[in-house]
Amino acid sequence: MAAPVDSACKPGAQRSPFNTTSFQKKTRSKLISIPGTRPSVLNGQLLVSTGVTSLDFLLGGGLAVGTVLLIEEDRYDSYSRMILKYFLAEGVVCRHELFVAAAQDNPDDILQELPAPILDDVAIHKPAEQPRLSCEPQDSLDAMKIAWRYQNLPKVQCALASSSRFGHYYDVSKTMEPEIRQAAKCHRFYLPEHPAQSSGTHSPMLQSYTALLRSLQEVIHREGFDVAAPMSKSRNILRIGLHSLGSALWGDDLSCHDNPTHRHSLAAFLYGLRALLRSSLSVAVVTVPSHLIQ
Amino acid sequence: MYTELNSILNSGPDSFTQGEFILLSDRQSDASFLVHHFLSLYLRARCKVCFLGLVQSFSHYSAVSQRLGVSLTQAKEKGQLIFLEGLNESLTLLIPQKTDTGSEAMDFIRDPTVGLRRLFEFVRCSLQSSGGEEEDEWGPPVLLVDDVSVLLSLGVSAGAVLDFSHYCRATVCSQLQGNMVMLVRCNGEEEEDGGDEEGSELLLKGLTHQCSLTLNVRGLPTGYCRDIHGQVEVCWRRKEGDGQNTQKKLFQYKFSPLEVAAPLALLLSGVRGRRSEVPEEPDNQEERCTFTLASGPRRAAL
Repeated sequence: MAAPVDSACKPGAQRSPFNTTSFQKKTRSKLISIPGTRPSVLNGQLLVSTGVTSLDFLLGGGLAVGTVLLIEEDRYDSYSRMILKYFLAEGVVCRHELFVAAAQDNPDDILQELPAPILDDVAIHKPAEQPRLSCEPQDSLDAMKIAWRYQNLPKVQCALASSSRFGHYYDVSKTMEPEIRQAAKCHRFYLPEHPAQSSGTHSPMLQSYTALLRSLQEVIHREGFDVAAPMSKSRNILRIGLHSLGSALWGDDLSCHDNPTHRHSLAAFLYGLRALLRSSLSVAVVTVPSHLIQ
Repeated sequence: MYTELNSILNSGPDSFTQGEFILLSDRQSDASFLVHHFLSLYLRARCKVCFLGLVQSFSHYSAVSQRLGVSLTQAKEKGQLIFLEGLNESLTLLIPQKTDTGSEAMDFIRDPTVGLRRLFEFVRCSLQSSGGEEEDEWGPPVLLVDDVSVLLSLGVSAGAVLDFSHYCRATVCSQLQGNMVMLVRCNGEEEEDGGDEEGSELLLKGLTHQCSLTLNVRGLPTGYCRDIHGQVEVCWRRKEGDGQNTQKKLFQYKFSPLEVAAPLALLLSGVRGRRSEVPEEPDNQEERCTFTLASGPRRAAL
């Protein structure tokens, strides 16, 4: 399904190198076309894929932009971590920006464990024909003797599937190639790198949550994910992955005590996260170790 | 505004009882479609509306109201609608900046023990007409709160919320002869003896005692059904001369397919019924009829 092209906003529509025709679907609506998203058939909300196509189906097509998906962790944090990694890997493939926050593992370690996408065989055009020298030794290897009619067809090369597809498949037994991963822009928040500062004003949230919320707000402002930001450049989606909120490593005693002192800290953080997300082009997946919380 | 619901409640943009406190509650379901119904109803009835939208952004309510035929931005510009966007106001309080002071109405976020006094002052100031010219322009004032349970999760005690609703009722319903609509959401099963979930059951009982009309939204007790999306139990508490007569009616509802005004979460979270015994009540008039919530002609697309 081809992504709708917005002819009003983009000054010069970029022709993807994979297209062989110049046909562009004419759309009357002024939907922003961001790669890796599609409008919902139910209510027109912008949806992104979670990386797991069956989960997309359960969610009614995908995860709506501006919402938070909360995953309650299983006992050993195996499947919840896997869903988080699929979510981030889908962001890499769709060329979205990532924001990963964790208190336990370094976000770089999480990013290195992303599953490898299953690549499509897509034909690409050969670069501009260079004059062939008859004395080039490689020429004899390239020249086909039997299937010589196929000599001039474009070479087939493995490439990332173009972003017109919604939802990709991954091979969990392999990790993502570093080249693909480094092509995506990642923002990190590793809690031990943010030392505790004594805040003057009384805050309802723990200092760690406040720091995380502040960092998120700063990234959203700086990279232009605000909905209110000017539409001059092309828009992108920010995928936020927050690992194991509410665990003791964030400084929260919600999972340790029966009567925690900061009962409402996590709820206040989620309220602030919702406020941030509703006013920006981002989507968040949060994992919470609810089996530890009484 | 859903026309069938209007006929059930015997209210409409032209005629509705004044001085009513309507309580919307849900249990493991989503009753926010009723909030949108009452918002568009009172805006169409040319009432002055103060809406405390604590859980969603203004654009969400605006988009849904557009589908129901009312423009929130226009109402806000004309001065008919006073909207408190809880999410935006709270962000400046949750991430303390050096320069910003933030709105005072949401001050309870900074320190939940303070209570909701500032919020009540905001409501009172916005609904009490200041000048003489404005008196004739709009109808009776209406307060809508969506929703009250988020205050509990942010740390405010159930007692403080009950105080707030009592003060609002005294001002809005009795003094100004307006209406009040509040949404309460509960998560657990109904009969929980040990340890309320942070007082949400206590809050529900207290508010039910204060209100004059209750709409309880539940899932179907028999389980998930693709065609019927849930049931609504409507309880009137009429204060007749001798005593209070309670009249209850039970309806099932479904959304017609293209008129889904509820957010996506409604379709997905289900409407998970459970096999519990429905206690028999002596005065219960159960009318099991299905109505379709259709909002009339569709306006321009989002």
